[in-house]
Amino acid sequence: MVMKEKTLKKTRFSKASVFDVVLLVILGLLALITLYPFYQVLIISVSNTVSYAQHPLYLLPYEFDTLGYRTIFHDKAFFTSLGVTLFVTIVGTALNMILSVAGAYALSRKTLIGRNVILGLIVFTMLFNGGVIPTYLVIMDLGLVNNIWVMVLPSAISTYYLIIMKNYFVSLPSSLLEAAKLDGANEVTILWRIIIPISMPFIATFFLFYAVERWNEWYQAYLYINKTEIQPLQIYLRNVLINMSNNLSQIAKQMMQSHTQKVNSQAIQMATIVVTTVPILCVYPFVQKHFVKGIMVGGIKE
Amino acid sequence: MTTTKTAKMGTKRSRVIKQLKNDWILYALLLPVVAWYIIFCYLPMAGVTLAFKDFSFRDGLWGSPWIGFKNFIDMFQDRLFIRATVNTIIFSLGRIAFQTPCAILLAVALNEMRFRRSKKVIQTIVTFPHFISWVVLSGMLINLFGSTGMINQILGTIGLDPITPITSSSQFRAFIWLSGIWKEAGWDSIIYLAAITSIDEGLYEAAEVDGANRMQRIWHITLPGIRSTICIMLILAVGSILTNGGFDQIYNLYSAPVYDVADTLDTYVFRESFITGGLDYGYTTAIGFFKSFIGVIMIVICNKIVTKAGENGLF
Repeated sequence: MVMKEKTLKKTRFSKASVFDVVLLVILGLLALITLYPFYQVLIISVSNTVSYAQHPLYLLPYEFDTLGYRTIFHDKAFFTSLGVTLFVTIVGTALNMILSVAGAYALSRKTLIGRNVILGLIVFTMLFNGGVIPTYLVIMDLGLVNNIWVMVLPSAISTYYLIIMKNYFVSLPSSLLEAAKLDGANEVTILWRIIIPISMPFIATFFLFYAVERWNEWYQAYLYINKTEIQPLQIYLRNVLINMSNNLSQIAKQMMQSHTQKVNSQAIQMATIVVTTVPILCVYPFVQKHFVKGIMVGGIKE
Repeated sequence: MTTTKTAKMGTKRSRVIKQLKNDWILYALLLPVVAWYIIFCYLPMAGVTLAFKDFSFRDGLWGSPWIGFKNFIDMFQDRLFIRATVNTIIFSLGRIAFQTPCAILLAVALNEMRFRRSKKVIQTIVTFPHFISWVVLSGMLINLFGSTGMINQILGTIGLDPITPITSSSQFRAFIWLSGIWKEAGWDSIIYLAAITSIDEGLYEAAEVDGANRMQRIWHITLPGIRSTICIMLILAVGSILTNGGFDQIYNLYSAPVYDVADTLDTYVFRESFITGGLDYGYTTAIGFFKSFIGVIMIVICNKIVTKAGENGLF
């Protein structure tokens, strides 16, 4: 490892070859291609263009105007759906983490009787599932249709994440457990006081994964919910994108009409996209650095 | 003889009981997880019997009358089902053929980056779209590639014909593949990058001493070093050829004019069950069952082939 550091440092200064520069340029271009569509959305969202065709936007906004945002922020339906999404993200992620950490920890204990059977049955659900219709009917029987919990309960566990977390806990040194047990600590104490604190970066990664999934939740809502009061942000956005006039409340419509000369629907659509994306953008960079580590450790087979 | 045996069994049993007693907290932690799997995975799985039933809302999931294989016979005479199956396979094969190599290439390229800082920034950027939903991305892409979108503005300026990837059958598939790469390549590359970092550093040093250049090192050390990871990812990809339909992506981007090339098993079942209500639930369950069943068989076969070839399989 020390050796590696040394060679890297040396090469960094002495021979940044043509190869390195070409690589940097290519990858830099890829990064630009990845970013540009997001930037494009941003500049349209703050532009005041009647028609996009007349004023194509490439790098800078055309006549800076925040009317797109002001329109959304005057729409009551937006805040309702934001509230729903916040509920789903907070409660849903909490439930995700509790179930996954507890389950993964219990399943990481090789002495647990019945462990392999349970693990087998859990992994089997990754290969085979009942399909859309039986799931739909079961959820209907449970009374979850048009119920806000339908966005939380059916997705309370991701089998993939559970297995990765289990593999991670297995990889922790068993001496940790034994020492704690000798001190008379029970399992919950061990999990809470020792395992979770030393696994924080790893757990944070999965916290982000789950939180993003809950924030992006649209499928369950699309399928099971038709009451506007419990529609999440993604469905609000979907409606704004597909058919704006149906979704915006009366106030927002009036506001739009009074500005028809100025604002185009595109600005509102793009502003909605920005508002839905920014929260992810804010938390993402902090956890990104842990991904590789998390996946690497979790990927080790028993 | 017998007494010692029973005594042994007795001690074994008491040991088991002692172990169970010892671990009761662990079982308590596991209980909600098991309950969840029973309710949300195994109940629907039992509901797959609907595929052999004539569903009516009055009789429900469990009470509808049995009709044997009728739904499956109907399936193979359904032109739209055949179309959806073919489309699903084409989308999956394309994904395996284009997206996987892109992810591997990206991982290798990132690994070769000597500029630490830029490497980190670039990796952060290319992984980002993975975390954005297809609802958001479809909105962006439709805006970008629409008839008045930026792409066509540019094409128009330099005198080229406009493209309509979202609404024309000839371009839709390529559009799905490319946008899939754009969204997922960065994320997919992480697993390969992780595999690369676990390659023995000494191999590279030895190769350098032997005078191997960068390309040779990539070809002879890096790629063979991640072969087993590539194999496992391929088993998963081939095994889910029918099941990984990319529902979110296609459902949010497709429209009636491109159904011919875009409709997959997932979108077909979803649309016919919930949007148009054109098909009976028993029938669409049969389609889902067919899909899952083939998926399991494919995974087992792929795994066999790969382990036979001397690689690590999944199980």
